[in-house]
Amino acid sequence: MGFSEIIDTIDRPSISRAIAQTAPERIKALLAQERIQDLELPLLFSPAAADLFESIADKASSITAHRFGRVVNLYAPLYLSNHCVNNCLYCGFARRNKTRRVALSAREALAEAQILLDEGFRHLLLVTGEAPRAYALEQLEEVVRGLAGRFASIGIEVFPMNQPGYSRLAEAGVDNLTLYQETYDRETYARCHDGPKADFDARLAAIEAGGKVGFRTLGLGALLGLAPWREEVVMLVRHGRYLSKHFWRTKISFSFPRLRPAVGGFVPPFPVDDREFAQLIVGLRLAMPDAEIVLSTREPAALRDALIPFGVTRMSAGSKTNPGGYRDPEGAGRQFDVHDERSPQEVARAIEQAGREPVWKDFDRAFLQE
Amino acid sequence: MPAEKGALQIAGVTFGSRLLVGTGKFPSPQIMAQALEASGTELVTAALRRVDLKNPKDPTLSHLDLKKYRLLPNTSGARDALEAVRLARLARGVTGNNWIKLEVTPEPNYLLPDPVETLAAAKILVKEGFVVLPYMNADPILALHLAEAGCATVMPLAAPIGSARGVRARDQIQIIIEQATVPVVVDAGLGLPSHAAEAIEMGADAVLVNTAIAIADDPVQMAVAFKLGVEAGELARRAGAADTSATARASSPAAGYLRKGN
Repeated sequence: MGFSEIIDTIDRPSISRAIAQTAPERIKALLAQERIQDLELPLLFSPAAADLFESIADKASSITAHRFGRVVNLYAPLYLSNHCVNNCLYCGFARRNKTRRVALSAREALAEAQILLDEGFRHLLLVTGEAPRAYALEQLEEVVRGLAGRFASIGIEVFPMNQPGYSRLAEAGVDNLTLYQETYDRETYARCHDGPKADFDARLAAIEAGGKVGFRTLGLGALLGLAPWREEVVMLVRHGRYLSKHFWRTKISFSFPRLRPAVGGFVPPFPVDDREFAQLIVGLRLAMPDAEIVLSTREPAALRDALIPFGVTRMSAGSKTNPGGYRDPEGAGRQFDVHDERSPQEVARAIEQAGREPVWKDFDRAFLQE
Repeated sequence: MPAEKGALQIAGVTFGSRLLVGTGKFPSPQIMAQALEASGTELVTAALRRVDLKNPKDPTLSHLDLKKYRLLPNTSGARDALEAVRLARLARGVTGNNWIKLEVTPEPNYLLPDPVETLAAAKILVKEGFVVLPYMNADPILALHLAEAGCATVMPLAAPIGSARGVRARDQIQIIIEQATVPVVVDAGLGLPSHAAEAIEMGADAVLVNTAIAIADDPVQMAVAFKLGVEAGELARRAGAADTSATARASSPAAGYLRKGN
């Protein structure tokens, strides 16, 4: 049974009730436990838990240190194409938006990647919109082959595929897959999407296809702002736990981008403030002690720095969110505006100041190829 | 009683310390270097996935004084035998160093070692001339297999890695020590110097510590504490503690007289 079937067996109203009705004493008891059961997840993300933020944050900080050490891994996104046949309400790449569309050639992608290599990055995340005619699997595959020898790790956050498609990319040198479900609420999902992406179940099936192919990390995410965040995060954890069980060799990573202004002027109906965002991160660390927690440049510098000790294990830095953006920042349309505009070296220094080592390399191609 | 054990010897190399230290998880390479120095260790392990062997400016490698320490590269992150073997070959190809700490951990959360793949990789690597120090679950039969395959040590875990729980696998480790023909290095899960002392008191030849030192509020002071813990364990072993012996010992001249079978 795939997660798209599991999800319909989860009683969402009871999650909402548990979130609303949790008493602080219950949270204290939860903090003394070693494991958080599925049915206890709503408590962690309840308003009552916000009052015990310091205690939860202390525990999150200790768990993170034990499992990951006093380190933060750095990565950079490389946008290959902003062509897209989808029309997601919140995205700068949506097909309705009049923005300059660019698909990088393999040579151009390499030139962009060289800038990132020179900055010190060894972990790369390739990003595209979904537009099979403008940017096909074959093009992505060619870029991966060109970059595989230069980067320690290559991840993709691109259009969803079936198992043979992912297998080709794994063969070419991709070791991790990120595919956000965006929202776990079917109605919200239907309202926000049209185009091929509107198929909620197909998207859930795609990440499972990635699990079957054996990517080392599966990256999940919910876009914060589309639906009430407390319920969304409970579902995100349930999804993570499901994948972790069924693909036991695979690590799970979580991202939860707060929606930022993008072309099209979308206003998120359920905004998440900084305190709530921090509660989400520390709660997630308790819920899944071994999951990677990714914090992108969508978040402001001061908040990113403040969150480093509490559970974050991976940060992007110096990101450009448009194809070709590292060479020409204003050339093509952006997916969203970044909020932390510091250079990679500045972010690395901030990590050091938080008492952590910025780690540029934490994987090796030798795992995959002689 | 294992009191007659001399200095730690692995594959013919003698070490002045029974404490092996890992280089991951430290807040900075500088603090790592100070902690290694303070620990008195002579054998340090580094994850090949973390270090860039071809880069002399690599943050970890550039802070390791390889005149002081023998480097034990490890295959941490390998999910099967083939991946571990590839990494080991890469390490030897670049550094000329044929020592390898074999780690095969297919499950990324508890990072428990895979017995089947570890044994398979060990056999290949020994055949290729590596000095193999395998990380393993505290399984006495597996320890015998690994020793028989030609491994230079066996490295049973005390508890899951990073858990700081101490010698949870005590009974199994005791059997491994009793049956061992190669040095037994207790690896993973030691959270306090007293845990390290306990392992050495039990008769382990050495311990490997990483997380407990690296994430302490003061890693350098904790490194000293582990050094002393290991030394205390060894002193206690040599001194022949009164109440930990598995076999009966004469507690008075009369008992001794009786035991002689008079």
